[in-house]
Amino acid sequence: MGADEHITLRIARYRPDEGEAEPTLADYDVPLRRDWAILDGLNYIKDELDGTLSYRWSCRMGICGSCGMMVDGEPRLTCATFLTDLAPGPVRIEPLANFPVIRDLIVDLTDFMHKLGKVKPWLIRDEERPVEDGEYLQTPAQLDEFKQFSMCINCMLCYSACPVYGLDNSFVGPAAIALAHRYDLDSRDEGDRQRLTILAQPEGVWDCTFVGECSAACPKGVDPAGAIQQVKLAAAQEAAKSLLLPWRSR
Amino acid sequence: MSLSHDVVIVGAGGAGLRAAIAVAEADPRLSVAVVSKVYPMRSHTVSAEGGAAGAISASDSLDEHAYDTISGGDWLCDQDAVEAFVAEAPRELLRLEHWGCPWSREPDGHVAVRAFGGMKQKRTWFAADKTGFHLLHTLFQTSLKYPSITRYDEWYASRLIVDDGRVCGVVALELMSGLVETITGRAVVIATGGGGRVFPFTTNAAIKTGDGMALAYRAGAPLKDMEFVQYHPTGLPFTGILITEAARAEGGWLLNKDGYRYLQDYDLGRPEPGPVLRSMELGPRDRLSQAFVHEMAKGRTIDSPYGAVVHLDLRHLGRKTIDAKLPMVRELCRDYERIDPVDELVPVRPVVHYMMGGVHTDIDGATALPGLYAAGETACVSINGANRLGSNSLPECLVFGARAGRAAAQHAAGAAPPSAAVEAQGADERRRLDEDLLRRGDGPDRISAIRTQMQGILEDAAGIYRDGDSLTKATDKLRELKERAATAVIDDTSRRFNTERVAGLELAGMLELAECIVHSALRREESRGAHQRTDFPERDDKRFLAHSLAQREPDGSPRVSYLPVTITRWPPGKRIYGR
Amino acid sequence: MISPLEARYYRRRMPLLWWARRRSYAFFMLREVSSVFVAWFVVEILLLVRAVARGAAAYEGFLDAMAHPAVIGVNLVALAFVLLHAVTFANLTPRAMIVRVRGRRVPARAVLASVYVGWLVVSAFLTWLVLA
Repeated sequence: MGADEHITLRIARYRPDEGEAEPTLADYDVPLRRDWAILDGLNYIKDELDGTLSYRWSCRMGICGSCGMMVDGEPRLTCATFLTDLAPGPVRIEPLANFPVIRDLIVDLTDFMHKLGKVKPWLIRDEERPVEDGEYLQTPAQLDEFKQFSMCINCMLCYSACPVYGLDNSFVGPAAIALAHRYDLDSRDEGDRQRLTILAQPEGVWDCTFVGECSAACPKGVDPAGAIQQVKLAAAQEAAKSLLLPWRSR
Repeated sequence: MSLSHDVVIVGAGGAGLRAAIAVAEADPRLSVAVVSKVYPMRSHTVSAEGGAAGAISASDSLDEHAYDTISGGDWLCDQDAVEAFVAEAPRELLRLEHWGCPWSREPDGHVAVRAFGGMKQKRTWFAADKTGFHLLHTLFQTSLKYPSITRYDEWYASRLIVDDGRVCGVVALELMSGLVETITGRAVVIATGGGGRVFPFTTNAAIKTGDGMALAYRAGAPLKDMEFVQYHPTGLPFTGILITEAARAEGGWLLNKDGYRYLQDYDLGRPEPGPVLRSMELGPRDRLSQAFVHEMAKGRTIDSPYGAVVHLDLRHLGRKTIDAKLPMVRELCRDYERIDPVDELVPVRPVVHYMMGGVHTDIDGATALPGLYAAGETACVSINGANRLGSNSLPECLVFGARAGRAAAQHAAGAAPPSAAVEAQGADERRRLDEDLLRRGDGPDRISAIRTQMQGILEDAAGIYRDGDSLTKATDKLRELKERAATAVIDDTSRRFNTERVAGLELAGMLELAECIVHSALRREESRGAHQRTDFPERDDKRFLAHSLAQREPDGSPRVSYLPVTITRWPPGKRIYGR
Repeated sequence: MISPLEARYYRRRMPLLWWARRRSYAFFMLREVSSVFVAWFVVEILLLVRAVARGAAAYEGFLDAMAHPAVIGVNLVALAFVLLHAVTFANLTPRAMIVRVRGRRVPARAVLASVYVGWLVVSAFLTWLVLA
């Protein structure tokens, strides 16, 4: 690849402060370097060409979850998507789908943050043991039960991929449910019932129609779709048990 | 409009969230504000990989952890603080476990510990190689339980409010709207992390711009030991992405261009096939980074498109071990270097990683300003001295985050509410920020150009090896850069989510920190830990067994004075590794 | 602090043909539509049962209707969709069901294999019932 090769990034710009009513696409030429991710291209634009381009980023190593955007219509982490894989371009870059756009490539995440809190994503125990008693014992096999679902970096690519969330914002969504499931499967947790009341709502797991796109989009292999179906099964079993054995103690 | 709380915490990483929970648990009636320029899960704690040290095995002892830390810090650590730290670290890590942190386990279900650099015993707790990620997410998710905690996500604190000599809040910019508000409190805790981004090659995320250190410095709190900047020996070239020390703890080797384990030439022990604690690749970070510079001078490093590198060899660990213990290392090498460490050598070089220095605090996180506390990488207690041992930083966030939180809660419960005078300061700052926004700088420099120049100056003058001449020149260059930064070109004058405006504010803070680093390094005429002077190559306990304190003068430059180190039970000795 | 309305958020709406824009979404819609054809087969079976209940003449009439080329055409299409339905349903089973035998987790491939084996066994049994 020649030293002078460039690639066009076609970026959705939206500046409500300048009176714009809707986003428009703008082309920027950035160097096509072998090691550059899209994020490096965006930084080049901001540093050298147009300081008004706004986007979120931080760790540039795929662990903080800040830099999710739509790349040629797919939700991707821009720090882990490389320009050479998209050459010759142009590469279309738009804000994450299914979220309101604040400006340029920045979307409003308050809905997700609210839902995260709703599913009680913390360890719930009937009785807390004091720290002096030492750790709750947990074998490597027990850790493996929920490990996969604990890998979520909250990047929200799954919400962008989910057509249900796109059509109906009240759906609790893949990442939130996967996180709730992570705690349900944790051998130290005793909060299954509490979370089930939230998850077994219509806008909880039952809104999901197992499209499966969330798991396809997930950069960390969390498989939120699998988590949701597993919760559905658990919810159905609970419902059946309470129907058939109503005298069962809580 | 004034938003009022009892305790205001700036920064929502490991230390900030731990402090918030500490306040909420100490006194649920106190209202806590957590102000962060990013959502909490984005805080840089998330990228920590290797582990968190806490002495729990039967064969280990608090004294050994203390000695390893103190000798690792080349005796610049305050030993009373270290003693408190090693005693509380295991408790804090257990508390995290009770909150759900998925620590890796032994087959019998107990928490597992592994070896780490500079430690004589295995005492590093770990969650695969994503310890920071799991720790941060556990803290954040647990913090959601407490109704007394209010979060201000994506608010940038630009100034501390000082009323009648006490700190009583911050003025902050809401990124989303561009509005500037005062958030008052009867105590403020700063936990905004370090400032690695003043250097060009760093493991640090973009957000590590030392904002909180600059806030405290401008308000009159001194910054301590700023010259001590840690270079982590194994960062990927170009990106600077961290390859955790755990790779060496599991048995990785560092090889020069001849395939030779060069560390044996630098008084770090004899090479054994497996990892040996406190020896060779498990030596302290400062010595390993310094060895790299020597190898480079001898022409024994490998040339890469991004400068000199050495090789990290993990091939002999085998795929099973790498996938079980170092899965993220494998992912990172494949994604960012297109190399599989299972059968290829990984190019690495030392990159800036951590600041031992920071806001001067006592062992309860209190700074020199009443009402102001600091914890985590932002603070300098000091438990890390001249060089931090790997896996001491995460427990540092927890132990001192909790201490600062409790101390802040106690102070806030007894303090009078802020007077009406704070509104004037808020209005003043709003005016300053708005003027800043409307002014279109004549340039000629862009913010990124000044930032790059600052980074270049720091790398040249304040890198792994320093000398008085380069440092003196650097102080002049930085003063000139500060002036040019004041007229830097700003393209973006809008209000909503103006990230260029934030970049300008961050740059101004970084320039102040850069000056503190360079001035403190110039004044310290000795070599100790991570601060190595070619013109003063020996450690000088007579003159410099002391912390440097950088205080801001009215003209903006730092004045450096000294504070003796607290020695309790470990008189200064030689650092011995590999024997 | 300003409200989202004042902030002038731009809300993108999903187009009516959102599912036509991606292969994976289109395939998902086909899979969902296949349930209609499953329902069609159920209706046919109910009609068959009714015809049998009404006697030989009704039954012959039913068979004649089924032999009509258009009906055969529809049933062939329906069969394709029902097979799609069954296969996609079977393939999704291991993700929804974590099976444990004596404390150890059964790998996904084994769960999938047992679903298909079960289907084969039931189909073989029903075929034998009908033909014997």
